[in-house]
Amino acid sequence: MATVSHQTDVWPDARGRFGEFGGRYVPETLMHPVEQLERAYEAARHDVKFREELHHLLKDFAGRPTPLFHARRLTEHLGGAQIFLKREDLLHTGAHKINNCLGQGLLALRMGKARLVAETGAGQHGVATATVAALLGMECVVYMGEEDMARQAPNVYRMRLLGSRVEPVASGSRTLKDAINEAMRDWVTNVHNTHYLLGSVLGPHPYPLMVREFHRVIGQEARRQILEAAGRLPDYLFACVGGGSNSIGLFYDFIPDASVKMVGVEAGGRGANLGEHAARFAGGKPGVLQGTYTYVLQTEDGLIANTHSISAGLDYPAIGPEHAALYRQGRVEYTHVSDAEALEAARLLSRTEGIIPALEPAHALAAVIARGPKMSRENIVVVNLSGRGDKDLGIFQSAGVL
Amino acid sequence: MTVPTPRIESRFRELRERRAKGLVVYFTAGDPTLDGTGELLAAVDRAGADVIELGVPFSDPLADGPVIQRASERALRSGATLRRILERFPRWREAVRAPIILFSYYNPILQFGLDRFARAAAQAGVDGALVVDLSPEEAEPYVQAMRAQNLDTVFLGSPTSTDERLERAAKFSSGFFYLISRTGVTGERQELAASVNPLVERTRHFTTLPLAVGFGISNPQQVREVQAVADAAVVGSAVVHAIEEHYLQTGAAAVERFVRWLKEGTGERPA
Repeated sequence: MATVSHQTDVWPDARGRFGEFGGRYVPETLMHPVEQLERAYEAARHDVKFREELHHLLKDFAGRPTPLFHARRLTEHLGGAQIFLKREDLLHTGAHKINNCLGQGLLALRMGKARLVAETGAGQHGVATATVAALLGMECVVYMGEEDMARQAPNVYRMRLLGSRVEPVASGSRTLKDAINEAMRDWVTNVHNTHYLLGSVLGPHPYPLMVREFHRVIGQEARRQILEAAGRLPDYLFACVGGGSNSIGLFYDFIPDASVKMVGVEAGGRGANLGEHAARFAGGKPGVLQGTYTYVLQTEDGLIANTHSISAGLDYPAIGPEHAALYRQGRVEYTHVSDAEALEAARLLSRTEGIIPALEPAHALAAVIARGPKMSRENIVVVNLSGRGDKDLGIFQSAGVL
Repeated sequence: MTVPTPRIESRFRELRERRAKGLVVYFTAGDPTLDGTGELLAAVDRAGADVIELGVPFSDPLADGPVIQRASERALRSGATLRRILERFPRWREAVRAPIILFSYYNPILQFGLDRFARAAAQAGVDGALVVDLSPEEAEPYVQAMRAQNLDTVFLGSPTSTDERLERAAKFSSGFFYLISRTGVTGERQELAASVNPLVERTRHFTTLPLAVGFGISNPQQVREVQAVADAAVVGSAVVHAIEEHYLQTGAAAVERFVRWLKEGTGERPA
């Protein structure tokens, strides 16, 4: 892949396209609001004051920069590549999601919108949005599928404690996809005073661009930190991919470095049949869902398929359009691991490093556990540890992980 | 052989000649069964609907409120897909005089194939389509495929649309242009939004197409209010609600009565 030149300055184009993917497929009522959002974002990203304010909050409120930690005992246990963990789990609220929420929260204030709506799967984006709403004094409603509310109960309570309303979503599969439908319905009804704080690199342009830019800091820091620690660039980057925000955040600034291989890890769930997993590149094909053209798990008739993953944050039938483009281009390799492999990875990291990971990054770790031993000791692997496992203790427990 | 005048254009011309206003009726195909859809189309036609919008059920109807969401779920459970709807359509068409357009989300059409969809729809006797999540910016391949089969393409204008957007959407539209009366999802409302009049007035600057206004219209009074300013009123959720309440008990008769009651808002009696 050494000859690949990723068009990082060009993607997305003016129509929000990453190659053939992306775009803007929303009902007419939302077209003007997304155009306004695009203009507001373009103005904000070039405004020194906005950038300084965001930088200040990322540093003093969220806790950036996050460390890059050399996981020596895990490395030794696997007996292959040197494994470094990008510790996004140490951020305030326990996951990378806060990067984007602070950015969009400040942007909403600039746009004069006093109300935030958000969707959440695992609850991490909901908690981060509720946190930013409290910090900035904004009203906040978070939509969450009933199934996710049951399996991520501690996060439901956190959001409520932070002063947000959590609206249960009972339609469809009662997971992340249905929560996004409901958040969009709220937004389309209340566009005059409401900003939709979308939590991943999904949805209509400019969301995939904007959310990527707010998470790029992950890769920018990791690049600096690994050069400091090892004196050279890593050989591999690993990150889990639900919508794809933590992975694009880590990958983006390494894309021009042809020597750095990148692996996105999807949820393989409990089987290969449609409905049993959330591995979009294994079982999906291009289509339109929730505002964007990308790889989607769907039936032959174009109906969106149900998905399964033990990880609520990866349990979604579509993938960010830039990932679809990177897949098509061959710049990033996408693979998937099963529920069971993710659980085992979480157990192993807990035992070897004293870090309990969230189930989402446990998927990335599981892929490293499978491949690390086959790599040479000279190889360097950076894994994005995108969130901590507190929210998943109930799942670990009922799965008998000990 | 010349191409016959499209049914939608003819219907609006007839209305104009009688100085009458139109009633557009929406319901979801396959709700509660595909067999029932043929019966309901004929009943709604008899009751005097001037244009029928036949919904193609989708798994993720993000522009729709609870009533049409439930209809989609019932329809999907009954096995209604775009392919099956098109297969049955020729038989349904025979019993209906009113023009019928399909009202769909984009993905089912995209997966069917744009050209293949347009050909199959034209062959089946469909008059056009409205794709609720397809903005004019992304619509060019679709519009080309539809035009090649002489099918009408209806786009949407909303209170949040700028003049520039209204002009563009109207340019891509044929048959009629659909104005959304207020922001939000589909569903019945007690009162019509104050935004209707200014929106209709703004849109008249950009198009000579008939203007239909929908979203939130559920009784003859509202139908009349809309028809006072626009060329047609669209009733969707209220009809779907009537199907949900009555179809399984009384068949299409109650739905037919409901549409006749709405039609009274136009001051016309169905023939």
